[in-house]
Amino acid sequence: MWISALILLPFLIVFGLAAVYAERKVAGFVQDRLGPSEVGKYGLLQTIADILKLIQKEIIIPKGVDAFLFRLAPIIVFTSVFAGFAILPLSPMLMGAGLTTGIFYALAIISLDIVGLLMAGWASNNKYSILGALRAVAQIISYEIPIGLVVLSVVIISQSLDLQTINYQQGIHIASLIGGESEKNFLFGIAATGIETTQIGGFLTWNVFRMPFLWVGFIIFFIATLAESNRAPFDIPEAESELIGGFHTEYSGMLFAIFMLAEYGMMLLSAFLAAILFFGGWNTPLPNIGNISLATWTSGAPNTIYGEITGFFWLLCKVFLIIFLQMWVRWTYPRLRADHLFYLCWKVLVPFSLVLILLSSVWKLWSF
Amino acid sequence: MLQSAEISAFSIALLFIILGIFFVLMGYLTAWLVSPHQPNEEKQTIYECGEDPIGNAWGQINSKFYIVALLFILFDIEIILLFPWAIIFADKSLYQATQGLWGWITLLEVIVFLFVLALGLVYAWAKGVLEWEKPQPKNSDFQPIVPKKLYEKINEL
Repeated sequence: MWISALILLPFLIVFGLAAVYAERKVAGFVQDRLGPSEVGKYGLLQTIADILKLIQKEIIIPKGVDAFLFRLAPIIVFTSVFAGFAILPLSPMLMGAGLTTGIFYALAIISLDIVGLLMAGWASNNKYSILGALRAVAQIISYEIPIGLVVLSVVIISQSLDLQTINYQQGIHIASLIGGESEKNFLFGIAATGIETTQIGGFLTWNVFRMPFLWVGFIIFFIATLAESNRAPFDIPEAESELIGGFHTEYSGMLFAIFMLAEYGMMLLSAFLAAILFFGGWNTPLPNIGNISLATWTSGAPNTIYGEITGFFWLLCKVFLIIFLQMWVRWTYPRLRADHLFYLCWKVLVPFSLVLILLSSVWKLWSF
Repeated sequence: MLQSAEISAFSIALLFIILGIFFVLMGYLTAWLVSPHQPNEEKQTIYECGEDPIGNAWGQINSKFYIVALLFILFDIEIILLFPWAIIFADKSLYQATQGLWGWITLLEVIVFLFVLALGLVYAWAKGVLEWEKPQPKNSDFQPIVPKKLYEKINEL
């Protein structure tokens, strides 16, 4: 579905504008102040004013920088993040590229933004930029390991790399899947419990309930994606108090805006992936209880207009909830120190996710 | 073998890449049209807290980063190798045709594989590679000429 490319690009831009505003408002309320309130009612037009300013700013390319790489870096960073959006199924019909290697492709192409970050830091010929870029790269490649391992344990449970298949498995429309007519969901994924949830649906068929240890997986995934998008408390690559702006110290105007948009794009992408991998994607959270079939009422069958609208609605609800969580974390926790950061990744998250892989594979075999 | 459906799926992924590059270039073009171009010596100095930059930034870097990259490659290749196993090991028809042997034996193989990798992690851990340099607080041996009593007097104020 090529149309999802045309939907997602404007969506990403509008999201970028809205998220910066939301972020500042959330920050304001967390810190017991108002946040932006001057431009427009409740400061609603603040980020529009900001982006207009950024476009008009002079793009300063200092002497001594590698001008070509300096301009190329934002393109690579933004494009690799945006290319990751290709696999996202937004609703039963809008399934993105529909790659059978979906999540694997996403992990591969998002990793390319490291090249862009390193390029930006190196080309700037600025000591702060190089330090920031190196820290960013070391941090991102470290946290990519727990992400990969957790995604692997979800793949073990769902036996598919295709995000749309993973979506279908987590709801009442599992029979619409090709070859899914005989698929059944059981409570906590164990057939021995005898409680079949295929037609109950709702939150009971989400991956975190098909395999309850995936709650741990979600926490690991959430922490690691925060580090991946260089957000507080993992923002030592751009720690203002020691590194000015990290890898984008020398960037100004539009070039800086692209970096900013890529960061928010990364947030959005990781929220989408978390919602799809753990919380049922576009499936409704409400279960069917006896005659009160809430799940059937609140999620239309695939390939109907009602099904599209409800699917899109539930997915966005989950995504925005996760993004709110990301913002909340940002303004609640202090920045981690570099040695704590590597301690958390290599000595806590990696061993835990290795154990999680074993647990979920045993769980999968037991469920037969 | 790639099916034609798979190829057309990748063409959509390519569309995303092209659209991303196009969007950024359009952004550059708009900014280039709208923004002023008045470079001067001061503006074009590389930022170093307001001082003139000393030397070049393209120098040596801490080798710690190299070791992190090595560890990353080790584990990333592990993940790549595990993905094909993850999709096939609980295949229902294979599982039933072998009375469950298929699933458990492949799982056992992967446990051996993971064990070797975990040994690698333990080795790196024991080697101290995973320790980042910690800041060591140093107590100064500086003896102030001003007697402490004077400070106490000020503090009382």
